[in-house]
Order: sequence, then structure tokens, then C-alpha cells
Amino acid sequence: MPSLKALRVRINSVKSTQKITSAMKMVAASKLRRAQAQAEAARPYAERMERMLAALGASAAGSPTAPRILVGTGADKVHLLIVVTADHGLCGAFNASVGRAARSRVRELEAQGKTVRILAVGRKGRDFLRREFADRIEGDITFAGRKRIEFADAQGIAERISALLNAGSFDVCSVIYNRFVSVIAQVTTETRLIPAPLPETAAAPAGGVAASYEFEPDEETILARLLPQNLAIQVYRTLLESAAGEQGARMTAMDNATRNAGDMIKRLTLNYNRARQANITRELIEIISGAEAL
Amino acid sequence: MPVALEIVSPERLLLSRPVDMAVIPASEGEMGVLPGHAPMIVLLRGGTIALYESGRITEKLYVAGGFAEVTPERCTVLADEALPTGEVSKAKAQARLAEAEAAYAAQVAADRTDVPALDLAMARIQSARAMQDAAEAP
Repeated sequence: MPSLKALRVRINSVKSTQKITSAMKMVAASKLRRAQAQAEAARPYAERMERMLAALGASAAGSPTAPRILVGTGADKVHLLIVVTADHGLCGAFNASVGRAARSRVRELEAQGKTVRILAVGRKGRDFLRREFADRIEGDITFAGRKRIEFADAQGIAERISALLNAGSFDVCSVIYNRFVSVIAQVTTETRLIPAPLPETAAAPAGGVAASYEFEPDEETILARLLPQNLAIQVYRTLLESAAGEQGARMTAMDNATRNAGDMIKRLTLNYNRARQANITRELIEIISGAEAL
Repeated sequence: MPVALEIVSPERLLLSRPVDMAVIPASEGEMGVLPGHAPMIVLLRGGTIALYESGRITEKLYVAGGFAEVTPERCTVLADEALPTGEVSKAKAQARLAEAEAAYAAQVAADRTDVPALDLAMARIQSARAMQDAAEAP
């Protein structure tokens, strides 16, 4: 049986932990709102970009001079995996689940005899993957200490991907990240970036919307500018989803931690009161039996 | 019948409202978009978009470049970056111009034959100049 003092110390320490976790939950909740708003604000651009790409891409994909970013290198030998995780922990299984998914993907691809390169976005994923796949890591990017993710950050990553593509250092590029479904649900998803999956144009009537557009200066030039921008948008969307998911996961994790701390405090307080009562009873017995002995 | 103009940047939807005419800086010259315009997809250079309502310019926005989709009913501008001309900072424009010129010079020094890269660098300079003009405009 721990002493009364030890129990008191324990209770106080758990109480301050609870204060921290509940504050972290509040912070995560407000950050989540901001992240969601940012993701919401980015949506119109992505939607319209998709519409334009549908009009442009369908015709270009078939031609032999189609840009690499749209059709890839034609080979399927070297895979570049972009693993998007958070920079900070304390958000439940958020980082671990991306890490696990990346690991099993790497193993699967290598079992098929393919080469894998990894670009780790976020500190946690980098640390996780470095343990096993240090030699396959192409580079890492972190946004630690940044208030919010700017579009320019996504552009930076997209440029890096394009540079690697032009240097011929990979054939297929996909990104593994946590898709934000709801505050309590984030789904680890893998999305292909290169070759670019074309939006469906099936809805267009025969003859196609695509055919009716005029282009200035010309289709190829526009496509050459549109595709890198589209890549950046895809990356941006991924980063925002992951950021929102991170805050959602942290909120849930901290909510659980606060509740656990509450349970623990309850249990410790019960123990404390029992011990106190036992002490009093013992003292009374001592006094009474002392008085009786006289 | 007005034309529904939308200006979106990657970070947010900037403007969405019907106007009588929009003049957009297409890559091969200013382009006025009136209702019933032929469907087009155009590349934009850096410049200003002017909104015409009842015969007057009611609003001007600076765009750093991007794309526009024009259909008979609407005009959607996908801007790399867009700002009302009043909010364009001159200092920022100058810094960007200097940077763009340095990048161009570097590209020329590195590889004179890479025409697409040179074009891109030149487009950046033009965009920065347009930004400067937008900042100076009343």
C-alpha cells in the first residue's frame, strides 16, 4: 500500500497531465477548423483544374509526343513513393499507419523486382522509414515550426518531383497519406501522381466537349504549363488533407488521454480515501485499545 | 445577359460574380470576354483583369499568370496568384522583378538553347513587370 503522500503526489501529477492533454485537445480542435477551412478553400481551384484537364488531356494522352508528366516514362521499373506524415507525434496511430502502409508497399514492390525510392514529407515518416530503408530515401521535407502550409510549399515538392522525372530517376510516382474522412476517421490511401490519372470524360456527349474548345496559344503549350500546376495542386491537396487528418487524429487521441487521466484520477482518489480511512481507523483502534489497557 | 466570372487561386476562391465584360491578359494579347464568347482555353501572362459593369471598369485584379476557361456563359480564371490592384505591394514587385531577372540571366548563362526554360523565365519577368505596373497604377 503506497503512503498517503505518495498517492497525493501521484494524483497531482496525473491532474496536471490531464490539464495538458485537454489543452492540447482544444488546440488541435481549433487547428483542425483552420485546416479544414484551408482544404475547403483549395477545392474550387482543383475542381476547375480537373475540368480543364479533362478537356485537354484526353486528346494529348494518345499522341506519341505527350508530355512525360502525363504518361510517365512508359516503363514500370523504378517507383517513387512520397510518404506524407506529420512532423509531430501525440496523434494516435496517425503516423504509424502511414509508415506501416509505406513499409508493406515497399516490400510488395521489391518482391516484384522493382526499385523503390522514397521521398519523405514530415519528420515522423522520415524517422520511421530511415530505420529500415535508409538507402532508399531520396530526400525528406519537413514543415516543422510552420504555422500553415502554403501553396508554394506544394509547388516546391512538385518541382522536385518534376526534376527527378526529367532526370529519369523514376518511372511511376505515387503518394501515401492519410485521407481526411472525418474527425475520428483517417484512411491511409495511396494515390498515383505520375502517370497522371486522367479525370473521366465519359459524361461528355459524343464529339466531346474537348473538341469544341479553341486553344490559345496552342494545346501543347497550355498542357505543358497546366500539368506541373496540376501536380502541384495534387500535392497541395494531399498536404492539406494530411494536415487536417493530423489535427483530427490528435484531437481524438488527446480526448482519449484526457478521459483516461480522469479514470486514473478517480481510481487514485478512491485509493487515497481508503488509505486515509484505514489510517484513521487504525489510529482510533490504537487509542481505544490504549485506553482499555489502562 | 452577363458573363459569370470566377477568379480562383490555389488557395481560395477570390471572386465569383456576373459582369458585363471581363478583359483578361491572354498570352497573345488582351482578350475581352463578352457573353456568348466561343469556348476557349487560354494561357494567361502576368497582367491585370479588368471587370466592366454598365460601361465602366469597376474592379481591377492583378494576376501573376495562369489559365482561363471561356465558355458562352462563363469565364473561369485559374490564377497562379491574384490580388486586387490596390493591394499589390511595389516593394514586393521590385524584389520579384530583380529575382526573375537574375533567374533569366542564370538560365542564359547555363543553357542558351533550352527554349522552353528561357520562355518560362521570360514569362516570370513579364509577370513581375506587370505586378510593378499594377502597383503603380492609380
